[in-house]
Order: sequence, then structure tokens, then C-alpha cells
Amino acid sequence: MNLLASLRTALRALRKNKLRSLLAMLGIVIAVGAVVATVAIGQGAQAKVAAQMESLGTNLLMVLPGSIAMHGVATGSGATQNLTRDDATAIERDLSATVAAVAPINRTGGQIVYGDQNWFTQVQGTTAAYLAVRGWPLAEGEAFGREEDAAAAKVCLLGKTVVDKLFVPGAPVIGEQIRVKHVPCKVIGVLASKGQTSWGQDQDDVIIMPWSTVVRRLIGTQSDAVGQMMISARGPSLVDEAEREITALLRQRHHLADAAEPDFQIRNLAEMQEAAKQSTQTIAALLASVALISLIVGGIGIANVMLVSVTERTREIGIRMAVGGRGRDILFQFLTEAVVLASVGGVIGLTIGIGVSKWMALKFDWPTLLSPPVMLGTMLLAGFAGVVAGFYPALRASRLDPIEALRFE
Amino acid sequence: MDPSKSPVVETRDIEKVYVMGDVEVRALRGVSLSIGAGEFVAVMGASGSGKSTFMNLVGCLDRPTRGSYLLSGRDVGKLSRDQLAKVRGQQIGFVFQGFNLLPRTSALENVELPMLYQGVGSKERHARATEALARVGLGDRGHHTPAQLSGGQQQRVAIARALVNRPKLLLADEPTGNLDSRTSVEVMGIFQELNEAGLTVLLVTHEADIALHARRVVTFKDGVLLSDEQVPRRRLAVDELRAS
Repeated sequence: MNLLASLRTALRALRKNKLRSLLAMLGIVIAVGAVVATVAIGQGAQAKVAAQMESLGTNLLMVLPGSIAMHGVATGSGATQNLTRDDATAIERDLSATVAAVAPINRTGGQIVYGDQNWFTQVQGTTAAYLAVRGWPLAEGEAFGREEDAAAAKVCLLGKTVVDKLFVPGAPVIGEQIRVKHVPCKVIGVLASKGQTSWGQDQDDVIIMPWSTVVRRLIGTQSDAVGQMMISARGPSLVDEAEREITALLRQRHHLADAAEPDFQIRNLAEMQEAAKQSTQTIAALLASVALISLIVGGIGIANVMLVSVTERTREIGIRMAVGGRGRDILFQFLTEAVVLASVGGVIGLTIGIGVSKWMALKFDWPTLLSPPVMLGTMLLAGFAGVVAGFYPALRASRLDPIEALRFE
Repeated sequence: MDPSKSPVVETRDIEKVYVMGDVEVRALRGVSLSIGAGEFVAVMGASGSGKSTFMNLVGCLDRPTRGSYLLSGRDVGKLSRDQLAKVRGQQIGFVFQGFNLLPRTSALENVELPMLYQGVGSKERHARATEALARVGLGDRGHHTPAQLSGGQQQRVAIARALVNRPKLLLADEPTGNLDSRTSVEVMGIFQELNEAGLTVLLVTHEADIALHARRVVTFKDGVLLSDEQVPRRRLAVDELRAS
């Protein structure tokens, strides 16, 4: 009996028992649907986390002032003022093999005013390197350079949220004068929107100004202390090396003895990104394994129905054997039925899975990512489950004695 | 020996012993019978006489415990299950008491079934099945399912199915058991017609008047052959149908 004929025989047999066939494949339908949908959701979440992490900047290291202990009382981190502009300059100058850009940052909050509108926001004093480190393009206008920093020029870049709060939509922004605290300031650029961080902070609610403008004019100090530095390495593989070199350089510049605790901290955001990625991967693997278990349950459902079917159709098997059907023909027939059941169930499940993930993406704004290899693999697995589930019932059918089978009522 | 000259069925001292737990049941205790090409033989006997066992052996559904069975000169007593299936498919046509058609399957598809296992292409299957149905007078009922056909019509479909692979031997096991007397005669008429055309027919029945449609009657009792005689005044279905 050839493949086409057995396929047609199988389809006919399954059509004769529509409800039972449907119930038999239900397990596989749910399993495949669940696998496709959960993996799509898992991968979507993974991609979203990765994108949020990307928005912080890539290959990122953060250097913070450390704590010092005075008379046995330790200050918290960031309480000291031992990280300076000169440190930043030295890192940029001496470690250019591994470090791409260094952005010193000092922050202050301030009321900003434009016309009859006002808003309280965070003001970041930094250098032009900041935009490069964070991978943050401008939506319009241009950034400030070294001269503006050196001259403590009264210029600023506005985040998207700040623009929305101060300006009427569509009104010109570039070249306008706004007041930051008491300092009049010219808007020279608008930052592209970055959205929220993964912990829900609005990254666009910010004003960026030259470091010296913020420190000298807004904060009003002659100190060279830097609140923090954001540093990007030249590549993902250089992050750890950059971290080591920066540590060594700062220890040397701060004249620390070999055994002394460092008076600064370096945070490796690349590691954080990796950890976040791994946790979402773990969740995806968990979802997938639950789905695989349901695939096994689906296979058992098929095996069960096939066993009943073989018993019920004993007489048919006898007839087929009497007219020349060999054991292997019967085996193949029932195996084909099981595989067809599993495959049809797989296709229905796939459709439902795709539908559910699209619906979730639409309705809950939940990122989903359909993965063709996963879908194909799941389908193959479903077919394989059909073969495994169908084999024992089919074997039993093929071993029936034709005389007994013909007499079966 | 030239296979065409050798008898279609030749059994030599065949025995069949069933073991049921501790008990041995000797269903056949040495039967030697020869049926030549073109014969029409009726097998009679009470239930338990061994005639069904004999039928199963001749039909290659089972293997003898002892003795040999030659089908057209070929010893089929030692063949494997799959080889026996092949022999059944190619050389033997079965007609059963309960018709044994596949339910919810059209007459045409039922008749095509034996060809499916011989690798006959779908076009030829269709053509030969249509022809076989026409031969038993059901040319217009190909698309009916068994439930839509009368008992006599179902048995005709079964006969068409038995013929479709052009077997050497037609085995009919109580073919009229489920039919009324007139339909029984009609079915016997078809057998006689096929036999006239040269087909060897072996008919198992317990009804004496049905057996009289054959040319030769053998009787079983307790697993042995009791008698083997030619039918002196054979009944002809054509005459019976004309008379009624």
C-alpha cells in the first residue's frame, strides 16, 4: 500500500469519527498552541528587556565615588568628593585603547521656566561624550562641544518630556531662551525619545547642559568633584579589561596602598544586562518545558484513542487481513492515522498559538516574537509524538489473528 | 509437475490442534482432499465437525499443525504470516456469512480494498472495481454504503470484492446464512455462473438444499472426512428462479 493511499485511508477513517478525532487531537492542539504562544511571549519579553538595557547604553561602566571611613564611621557611597574631572580626563587620555568615551556627570534638580509654563526636572551637567556613551541621538538641533564646556556656556539640550511640558506642540524650540533655576539658557538641541528604563523611570524628563555650566553656575561651586562617570568600552569583549585598567589607574591617581579599600566603585552594566537576559531566558525555558510536558500529555491522549480505535475496529482489521493486508500494512495504516491526528492537531495548535500571541501583542501591548525555528520544531515534535503514541496501538493491530479478528463482534 | 495441471487445493493428512490451557482440541484429525480446477465443492457438517477449521486452513488464514497443504501445487503450510497474506490477496477470494464489508464505506471502495494491498494504481482500481460490481449486477450502486444496501446486495458487493484480484479459488463460508431463501438462490446463481466461467468454488454450508447447488459435496464429522460424493441431481439457480 503506498503512502498516498494510506494517507487517504487514514483521513477517511478519521473523518468517520469526527468528534473522537477532534478530542484525540485536542491535547496536541493545546500543547502546540501553548508552546508557540509561550515561547513567543518569552522571546518577546527577552527582546524587550534587551532593548531597555540597550537604551542605557552599550558596554557601559559606571564609576561612583566610594565611601571613606573617618574615625571608624563609614560614609555611604557617593558621599565623598574624591572623583574629579582630572580623573575623567586621565582615563580618556591614558586608556584610549579600551575606553571609547568618558562622561563625567553632576546632577541637580531645578525649576525651569519658559513663557508662562514651568516644570521641575533633573539637570545633568556633562560633556558631549555623554550622548556617545548612552547612544542617544538628537531629534533636532545640535550638541554642545568642548568650547561650551570650557566657557560654561548657557546652552542646553532638552529631553522629550521637558519639551512637551514647556512648549505648545509644533512651536519652535531650537534657539528659544528658557530659564533653568535663575540662569537664562539657550536651547540648542532636543534629544530623541528613549522612553522608560526597565524600572519605569522616564529617561526623557531631563535637561543636559555642559558640565561646568551646571557645576559653576547652577550649583555654584569651584570644586572639581564629579558625581559619577559613565564610561563606554570599545567593545563587549573589552568591558572587563577596561574595568581592570580604570581600577588600576584610579588607585594610582588616588595614591592608594595595595591593601587599601578603593575609594570609588565601578559598576559593570554589561553584567547587569547579561543577568537580566539570563533571567528572562530562564523564564522562557521554564515556559517551554511546561509546554513540552503538555505535548507528552497530548501524545498520551492520542495513544489512548488509538487503542480504543484498534479494539473497536478489530473486525475491520480482520477484513483487511483476509483480503491480503499484511501485518505491516495494518501497522502502517494505524501509524499513519496517529501521525495525521498529531499533525492536524499541530497545525490547528500552531494557528491558535500564532493567533493568541498576536492578540496578546495587540490587546495588552505585550511584546511577542514568533520564532519560525521554534514553530517548525514544535510541529516536528508533534508529529514525532504521533509516531510514538501510535506505535503500540498499531503494533497490537498488526499482530491480531485474522480468524479471531473476523469473528470479533 | 505443471502447476496448471495440479489440483487447486490438495491437502494431505492435515491436522489442526488447538491448545486451550491444558486441553488439546483436535479440530482436524487428518484430512486428505483434492479439489481440481473448475470444481464446485460444498463442505457440509454440523458445528464442531471441523469444517470451519478446514475452511480457515484452505483460506490460508491459519497453518496446519501437521500434514501439508498445496495450493495450486505450492506448499503454503509453512509460509510466514506476511507470505500467507500475500497468497490470500492474490489467489483467494473470501465471501462470509456476515458479508464483512467495511461500514460507512462505499461499495466501490469496499471492492477496491483488496487491490490496495497489491499496489494497483488508483485508476485501474476504480475501473476493475466498477467492472466487478457490474458483473454481480450492482453497476449502479457503487456509491452506496453497506447500510444503504439490502442483505443480498451487500453479499453481491462482497462477491465482487472477492473476485476483483482474479483469484484461483473462491471460498464462501455460509454465504446464505443471513439471507432469505430467494436471495440465497440468487447468490448461488452467481456462484454457479462464476463456476461455469471456470472459477473453482469451495462453499461451506450446513443447509442441504444450498449444498445441492454444488457439483460435489464433502461431509465432515468430528474432524475427519465422512463422505465425498458427486451431486446426482444438481440444483440450478436459473431454473429455480424461473419456476418461482
